[in-house]
Amino acid sequence: MKQINFTLNGKPLSLEVKCQESLLTVIRTYLEQTGTKYGCGLGECGACTVLVDKEPVRSCMILSEDIEGKEIISIEGLSTEGELHPLQTAFISHDALQCGFCTSGMIMNAFGFLLQNPNPSREKIIVGMESNLCRCGAYNRIVDAIQTAGKEMLKKVKL
Amino acid sequence: MKSVIKNETAYSRRRFLKTLGGGVVVVFCLGELSFSSLFAQDSQLLEELDFNAYLRVKEDGRVDCFTGKIEMGQGIITSLAQVVAEELEVSIYDIDMIMGDTELCPYDAGTWGSLTTRFTDPVLRAAAAEAREVLLDLAAEHFGSNKTSLEVIQGVVVDKNDSSKKIAYAELTKGKKIVRSLTKKPELKKAKDFKLIGKPIRSLDAEAKVTGKAKYSGDIILPGMVHATIVRPEVFGSKKIKVDASKLSDFAGVQLVEKDNLIAVVHSDPEVSKQAANSIQVTWDAPVAKANQETIFQYLEDTIQDNKVFEKEGNLQLGKEVSTIYREATYHDGYKAHASIETHVATCYFEGDKITIWASTQSPFGTRSSVAKALQMPLEKVHIKQIFLGGGFGGKSNSQQSIEAATIAKLCGKPVQLVWSRKEEFMYDNFRTAAVVKVAGGTDSKGKLKVWDFDIYCAGTRGTELFYAIPNKRIRTFNQADVHPFGTGAWRAPGNNTTTFARESHVDIVAHAAGINPLDFRLNNLENKEMIATLQLAAKTFGYDKEKKPGYGYGIALGQDAGTLVAMIAEVFVDKETGEVQPIRIVCSQDMGQVVNPHGATLQTEGGITMGIGYALYEEIEFNGGEMKTTNFNRYEITRFSKTPKIECVFIDKMDAKPQGGGEPAIICVGAAIANAIFDACGARVYRMPITPERILAALS
Repeated sequence: MKQINFTLNGKPLSLEVKCQESLLTVIRTYLEQTGTKYGCGLGECGACTVLVDKEPVRSCMILSEDIEGKEIISIEGLSTEGELHPLQTAFISHDALQCGFCTSGMIMNAFGFLLQNPNPSREKIIVGMESNLCRCGAYNRIVDAIQTAGKEMLKKVKL
Repeated sequence: MKSVIKNETAYSRRRFLKTLGGGVVVVFCLGELSFSSLFAQDSQLLEELDFNAYLRVKEDGRVDCFTGKIEMGQGIITSLAQVVAEELEVSIYDIDMIMGDTELCPYDAGTWGSLTTRFTDPVLRAAAAEAREVLLDLAAEHFGSNKTSLEVIQGVVVDKNDSSKKIAYAELTKGKKIVRSLTKKPELKKAKDFKLIGKPIRSLDAEAKVTGKAKYSGDIILPGMVHATIVRPEVFGSKKIKVDASKLSDFAGVQLVEKDNLIAVVHSDPEVSKQAANSIQVTWDAPVAKANQETIFQYLEDTIQDNKVFEKEGNLQLGKEVSTIYREATYHDGYKAHASIETHVATCYFEGDKITIWASTQSPFGTRSSVAKALQMPLEKVHIKQIFLGGGFGGKSNSQQSIEAATIAKLCGKPVQLVWSRKEEFMYDNFRTAAVVKVAGGTDSKGKLKVWDFDIYCAGTRGTELFYAIPNKRIRTFNQADVHPFGTGAWRAPGNNTTTFARESHVDIVAHAAGINPLDFRLNNLENKEMIATLQLAAKTFGYDKEKKPGYGYGIALGQDAGTLVAMIAEVFVDKETGEVQPIRIVCSQDMGQVVNPHGATLQTEGGITMGIGYALYEEIEFNGGEMKTTNFNRYEITRFSKTPKIECVFIDKMDAKPQGGGEPAIICVGAAIANAIFDACGARVYRMPITPERILAALS
């Protein structure tokens, strides 16, 4: 057992872990934040995507011991003070989801992507999102939503 | 079957009326009225199914709508609320959908077959219309006015002759409990008076889903809950011979559970549970492999002898003789997984002798029965709760994971969560069957189809009634129980994807052989006016006559499913060097009768097309007998962002017609539309799905 310190959605946490468990288990089971989903356990589908130090990662592929000192953001940490993030608003307005199970991962991957690629083209979004899977087939709407959100995020930065 | 359903219906209604609070309640159950007399919706399904609805206008003016259907992304949480709001004249945001809870909702067999909009929708509309009439009666009494002078605006009853007379539903229902059973056909609104039906309404559950607040079965956390891991064999259908659990002592707090063929461990930490399960050595007796993904087609043809004639007319020999062009071909389609991003999950707990379960199931009432039967419990001791599903597509129609979780919970004495791993999902999914379709078709010198012989192995007859006018025809189905090496079942428009691929590919082949373009050939052979209009709308929207660049091709496919007619035109680019296909654009035209929510129908169509590209181009389960070689998405490619074409959905305008199915129809045409477009682009005719680059290159050489 090992004590690890990190932040989840801005909140500092200290947790005793066995080291081999995944970040996904830490978030979903130990911390009971269930917005992040299990889809494949092999980093193939992206449903479990969260940000670690602003980089989108597959939480099912990260060991708990490797999050020492890291800043983690999950879907629950995206909206601030009850106000939805531009990505969440854009996913709603474009109806970029159906069953919603891939949605947290899609939004978190898009968030990480937009932090590095403000105002991207459709082609660039497709490349950046390619490894996230959606079985319901909302891809085109997700691309539209990311473009809309990217523009909104730029506006907010300028303000 | 009927009597079982009747018992379940009676039980759920008794329960519902008992637990009910105040307000105006309308109960709609068949038995009092015949469904077909109300809605004249012809379907053989009506013999076996029962459609019920409960509706409650509460004392605060909000409306509870109870349905045994579930929400899995198909959008009925929105479209059902839409029709209720329409008839009740309230805001759609004042409606709370209570779905799939076996103690609160009326009995429902399951959410499948694109049945909801066709059958539940009119029932709820009727219940809402009846509730509106009851509320108008109450208002008339309250004002001492004539009911005919009253109208409802957003949940407030107003006297048209005296604007000072207005009263909200909430005030009318306060302190009252009025239960009304629907006994006569209520006055439904005409299409010209619709305020909501036919308008695009965005998904009402989107905010819950983008914030991570929407709860799925694996998001339920119970006090003292343990995570179960089942020890699985490598080969489907194996029987356990010997269990060596001696290494379990390495894992503190782990509990072993064994019953018949089920071996599981539970622990409060899912990772410990997994590791502990891995330490158990089981000797299995595995069935001998009879086929793999390459030999399965010949195996099916050789094994299955029994056949049934589904449709027959004229004389096949005569048809062949009068044909100037006659072509025969055999089409193959491999096994496909449902591959919902959410795997099968169940979370459950016992309280005394009663179990409560949250399960990713398309059939809450079926799950209740299955669990009660497996655990030998009375039905009323099993409660399935409302929950979102992370996709279904037919794959969550069975209740295996719920039975497993319930069994484990009973044996270990703790609340249990069971989340199938992706590997388990790729073994216990009830796959879309591999299938063979043997087709012969011929046309005369005028380009009129004269003969059609269609033998279907394992894909069923759904949607195969010929809409082309052909005087000499025969459709046969070949099937046999237990012929597949693992479980098979309904996959979004069962069988229809495969048979539509075969039929529409073959129509194309005959058209090209006759030197007639596939659009004209189809129009020349169709007799169904609705289908002709649907195809013409697709061709016009697509711009079928516009010029193509080299390497690009167009493909048409027609089909019918769940009462809806589909015409699809695809444009693809094929790289002749690599055989890679890039879908460019797909136009889908549908005659689905009344389109309740054009936005929701568009989402379902886009989704069906996107999913369909997967089965057409990439998806195929690899196996040797019951041993699955495909265990995760790294070996099972589904459609991704980059392969999604531009999609345009158009609907025939028929607001006064009955609504037809919307969740499944569009997907059936994707395989053939893509196959025909590939042929048009590069001359490769591929007879087997998925149409992989290797198969295209082989067809070209």
